Amino acid sequence: MNNILEVKNLQVSYHTYAGEVKAVRGVDFSVSEGETLAIVGESGCGKTVSAKAVMGLIQTPGVIKEGSEINYGGKNLVAQPESEWEKYRGGECAMIFQDALAALNPTLSVGKQIAENLIIHRNCNKREAMEKAVELLEKVGIPEADKRVKQYPHEFSGGMRQRVMIAIALACNPKIIIADEPTTALDVTIQAQILELLKELQKELKTSIILITHDLGVVADMADQIAVMYSGKIIEKGSGRDIFYHPRHPYTWSLLNAVPRLDGDRKKNLVSIEGTPPDLLLELKGCPFVERCAHCMNICTRQAPPTFTFENEHRATCWLHHEKVQGEYPFETGGALCVEKA
Amino acid sequence: MKNYILKRIVQMIPVLILVSIFSFMIIHLAPGDPINMYIRPDMTEEEIQIIREDLGLDGTIVEQYVAWLKNVLRGNFGNSVITHQPVADQIFNKLPSTLLLMGTSFVLSIIIAIPLGLVSGMKKNKLVDQVISIFSYIGISIPSFWFALMLIIVFSLNLHWFPTNGMRTIGVESVLDVVWHLVLPSIVLSIDNIAVFTRYIRSNTITQLEEEYVLTAKSKGVPKKRIMTGHVLKNCLLPIITIAGMNLASLVTGSFIIESVFGWPGMGTLGMSAINSRDYPMIMGFTMLSCLILIVGNLIADLLYSVADPRIKQGVKR
Repeated sequence: MNNILEVKNLQVSYHTYAGEVKAVRGVDFSVSEGETLAIVGESGCGKTVSAKAVMGLIQTPGVIKEGSEINYGGKNLVAQPESEWEKYRGGECAMIFQDALAALNPTLSVGKQIAENLIIHRNCNKREAMEKAVELLEKVGIPEADKRVKQYPHEFSGGMRQRVMIAIALACNPKIIIADEPTTALDVTIQAQILELLKELQKELKTSIILITHDLGVVADMADQIAVMYSGKIIEKGSGRDIFYHPRHPYTWSLLNAVPRLDGDRKKNLVSIEGTPPDLLLELKGCPFVERCAHCMNICTRQAPPTFTFENEHRATCWLHHEKVQGEYPFETGGALCVEKA
Repeated sequence: MKNYILKRIVQMIPVLILVSIFSFMIIHLAPGDPINMYIRPDMTEEEIQIIREDLGLDGTIVEQYVAWLKNVLRGNFGNSVITHQPVADQIFNKLPSTLLLMGTSFVLSIIIAIPLGLVSGMKKNKLVDQVISIFSYIGISIPSFWFALMLIIVFSLNLHWFPTNGMRTIGVESVLDVVWHLVLPSIVLSIDNIAVFTRYIRSNTITQLEEEYVLTAKSKGVPKKRIMTGHVLKNCLLPIITIAGMNLASLVTGSFIIESVFGWPGMGTLGMSAINSRDYPMIMGFTMLSCLILIVGNLIADLLYSVADPRIKQGVKR
């Protein structure tokens, strides 16, 4: 399949008084047409920063470091001037934010906010753009769109606001939509509706989606590819099936173990991963997960692990897969998370 | 909306009454007596008493206040003790020239301060911001009467570009002549306002730029300039409306100091001379007018809030 977006060796640092915080430390991923890539990981692992970098939204004191590549349409965007970015943002690649109330301008009607996209990227005049805005609101399932288009964000419910965000993102038929925790601020039933909507629209428009989330339930439902991030690096990447049924990194194992199960023992405490991620100010010598890893070996503290590739482009960055490591494959998964559709 | 405005107007009445009581008390407590303008050393006590009664200055403070209030409720603000002209007439004679001066400087300050504040906030801590900030500090710190005198020395006395005082040249009836007289006083009045407004708008721009909707706009590919004018500016309007509402009163009362320095025939000069000669009815008329305008200004500002920020409209509707 054709990759429409390729990110290579992406590095993002924030220059603070305390020193250089390396938030993203060399991340590679790619998305092909109509595909959903999920980036999962805990808070502070760099998933949102990576997404913002792909949108060119890193603000000072943050910088995309030299050597990073964001390839789209045959160009490395990192090297392009701001005007090139402005064409790409909104037109080719759009973003959906977590908190739609904060992300929408409180003083502009939702119609104007949707229309703005079209006016900038598609040379529509105001009337055409407003007509298109009504269509878009209908498309994302907002009833009485012709009336609602004149209303302001505070007059919408949480779920409806997120639909408005999606309408804004879709306005110019972008090739890629980056959804940064699109359902985290919503309650569970609304979450399901929003995800369903995204899936439908994706099928219809052949849009690629980069889904940023910490919710493995969301991922299981949508993702074709999953990248697990930890401390600014992708430590495991593979198809949804591979990650859920054959995870190969101890961190992924712990993540999967921490998901509460419906059929589990209700009296048991919820599982959590002990410890905290390493300080991103520090230079990491070995594996970043070493202090929390139950399978830590001598080499893990001293040398960064290489990336091993398994069948089906499944990759994991962990010493456990080195040929010299003996012993049994230590993780068994019931696979109950990923409900198979017959 | 209608109910809200009505409610606010009814609420004005007690405020106006309280203000009138306090200001009436305060001016009568102040030393000095308007009667001093009328008596000669050789007058007898009886003669003085007759003048006093004539001017309505006999009786206790309460009696005088009640008499004043009765007249005001009939729409009569009384006659000036000094000139014997009706207070209302005199005020409305001077009002246009003050409105002209204060209005010009107000519009000028807003027009100049908004872009300065936006640029300053956008380029926070960069060179442009620092230059603008230094000028704001200078503008805030300069004593306006001194600045006025300096302008007169340089531009009127030395360079002869502008007149030293007054509103028109005697015998000349042209708009251009008035504008020519307007230049220096409106510059002085604007400098201070521009400095203050710029600071307000700058700090607001900085807070607004950190809001997430700015990131959304950016993610839509909106160019930076358009983000400022299309998104940030409207959200910055609230504090501008607040200061504008508070400044509305000064549109009417004028500036005591600057009008005196430039000999501008406006409300400031009128108020100044009324206070100096303890012209009680005049001072009261003046005070009540500025109080009314202040309250109305705040009401207008509150109504404008809901135009600038639709979230406030709901509160107003209820």
